[in-house]
Amino acid sequence: MIFAGTFYLATLLLVVGLVYKIFDYSRTPAPLKIPTTPAPITQKGVVYRMAKEVVLFESLFKSNKWIWVFGWLFHFGMLLVLIRHLRYFITPIPEWLLFVQPFGKYASIMMVVGLLGLLARRFLVDRVRYISTPSDYLMLVLLIGIGISGMLTTFVVHTDIVALKQFFMGLMFFDLQPVPEDPIILAHLTMVALLMVIFPISKLLHAPGLFFSPTRNQADNPREHRHVAAWAARLDQNN
Amino acid sequence: MAAAEFDIPEIKEFIEIPKLREGVMSHAKSFLAPKPVQDYMGYPHELGEDWKERAIDKMGDLLGKYRSLKVFLDACVHCGACTDKCHYYLGTSDPKNMPVARQDLMRQVYRRYFTTAGKLFPKLVGAKDLTKEVLDDWYSYYHQCSECRRCSVFCPYGIDTAEITMAGREILNHIGMGQKYSNEILGKVQKIGNNLGLPGPALEDTLLGLEEDIEADTGVPVKMPIDVKGAEVLLVTPSADFFSEPHVESLIGYAKVFHAAGISWTLSSHASEAGNFGLFNGNYETMRKVAMRIRDAALELGVKRIVVGECGHAWRVAYSFWNTLTGLGYGGNDPFSIELQKQLDHNYPQPQHICELTNDLIKAGKIKVDPSQNDDLVVTYHDSCNVARASRMGDMPGGQFIIPRELIKSVANNFHNMADDTIYESTFCCGGGGGLLTDDLMEVRVKGALPRATALNAVVQEYSVNFMATICAICKAQFTKVLPKYGFDMSMVGGVHQLVGKAILLEAVDKTDSPE
Repeated sequence: MIFAGTFYLATLLLVVGLVYKIFDYSRTPAPLKIPTTPAPITQKGVVYRMAKEVVLFESLFKSNKWIWVFGWLFHFGMLLVLIRHLRYFITPIPEWLLFVQPFGKYASIMMVVGLLGLLARRFLVDRVRYISTPSDYLMLVLLIGIGISGMLTTFVVHTDIVALKQFFMGLMFFDLQPVPEDPIILAHLTMVALLMVIFPISKLLHAPGLFFSPTRNQADNPREHRHVAAWAARLDQNN
Repeated sequence: MAAAEFDIPEIKEFIEIPKLREGVMSHAKSFLAPKPVQDYMGYPHELGEDWKERAIDKMGDLLGKYRSLKVFLDACVHCGACTDKCHYYLGTSDPKNMPVARQDLMRQVYRRYFTTAGKLFPKLVGAKDLTKEVLDDWYSYYHQCSECRRCSVFCPYGIDTAEITMAGREILNHIGMGQKYSNEILGKVQKIGNNLGLPGPALEDTLLGLEEDIEADTGVPVKMPIDVKGAEVLLVTPSADFFSEPHVESLIGYAKVFHAAGISWTLSSHASEAGNFGLFNGNYETMRKVAMRIRDAALELGVKRIVVGECGHAWRVAYSFWNTLTGLGYGGNDPFSIELQKQLDHNYPQPQHICELTNDLIKAGKIKVDPSQNDDLVVTYHDSCNVARASRMGDMPGGQFIIPRELIKSVANNFHNMADDTIYESTFCCGGGGGLLTDDLMEVRVKGALPRATALNAVVQEYSVNFMATICAICKAQFTKVLPKYGFDMSMVGGVHQLVGKAILLEAVDKTDSPE
């Protein structure tokens, strides 16, 4: 029951925290046109630019190939792993999810390799070591912990996944079921809950933040369209 | 004002990423603005008892007004992508000149006072109280950033350190730590009309002298009109163009272009400055007040077009912000914008860059040029940061790289680019932009020019380049002062319209179909 409570609380904090942050970003005006140019001149172009940033990490690729390789392996490994995890929340499991299953299993290796690479850079590159705070290291350690504990339950000490699925389906339909009493899965779940709690109050906000970044999401059309924030428009009336 | 002695870095074959040397630039501090300067700007001139509260309040105010600041302070993951991108880091090896570390000077305070994690576990997330020590770091390192945006190109979230530097300077101003150089200029431009404090009569004299020089030189009576009502074009150009070398050569170039094309034009004594240092200090209202001079002059003189001379940050403000700040542009549906729009000639972009104008005239055959006049030169082109990464020319993305190069190639036969990772959107700042063009920051300026000097040296060695063209008054002033320290001749630097002025044919033009 403690785990059920933990997950309800973690989900609540994650959702409320993220919704608040997204609301806060969207209500804060961007008074000036500041796209980093060359920038797309149409909204369609902006969607394409953002898509390249989100899917390919285009700017990071231009910047540094090592960070790009490790960062991309981690994020896309994690994406596949997360998609695979949908099987614990959906009944019956659809065809496409069964197809993703093996990819999702081995993507965990991608994810952990990427994370280890990023962690290594924090120790090895003097510039990155200088800017790293304790939370930067701990965040990577937490994610590696989640990855490795998850891999252990999949590849080494199999967990009772039928019971696990019953636990999560129970959570979703408010019909609480016991969580499997397996130390590895309990560690895995605890770390995931912790990650959910810190997401909205940490640098993990880079995920929603990217979509609100004015240097990336603005179209380059200031000569054709007048762009004025509400607080700035009031200045026009005094003239 | 001689700054302390320092070593000039050695130019290597390639731009190298230095090992960190902590604190080596913490001594670099520009002079604080004295009382009269701060008074005029409406800022205090010394820290009061309550400076900390005022600083935090101001930060909160800015966080509510600028999404950029809020998102950028939250989103950084300390990945390190930007750490080797800043010319001041590459030139000084001081880690606080790495973009992320410069941002962290503010981010540590933001986390401490505005985030849950920083309030609960400051040590864990690198949050810090705002102390006098932190404040001194702000003053020092927010005046070692030229707001050139090179870091923002390479950041996976587009974090632009310039936005944070601007906010930092605005907070510093607000609590009484203004920078003398920038704030004096902001006073002069508002009181007199230009950054150099050149009054109207002196300006008229200068222009008359230049007209005589051109006529003596070419035999053609090329005019430099000022405050002419009903002219077609209002030219707004940096005041350095009126008397600094090599800037004035470009002014002569613009005048010859207008003359050859038969376009009636005028300067304005009220708006005798394109530059807008309001940008550098991150104060919207100051930037707007300075920009309003151009709107006022345009309305007063009844011009149909507004053209901007060679100035990097001025073009950013003109291209990206004039429409927002003053309604100078298209698309506004409010009375304020419409008042100006109905006067403008909608066949042209407003505002228009002088390079756009000249390039169009040459392509259309409306002016004739003889590129062999520049055959003594082997030319390269320095993309100025604000033009490259914060504006555009022409009607497609990247026009700001294409148009000046097209123009140079049409007036000069020998042209070579510098290395790809030092031009276009990856261009290196001259080292003197963003309010740093003052002698009290000479060490920062010289060291910050190292990456550009390295790239220039490579094309000098390989192609015997002997002229670096640029379209920014600050770049010109900075390079002529700083490149000699690296062994280059100061006459290597000049404007694109300096080349145009040499190549243009003043008499060979058929005037019968010109619009005048």
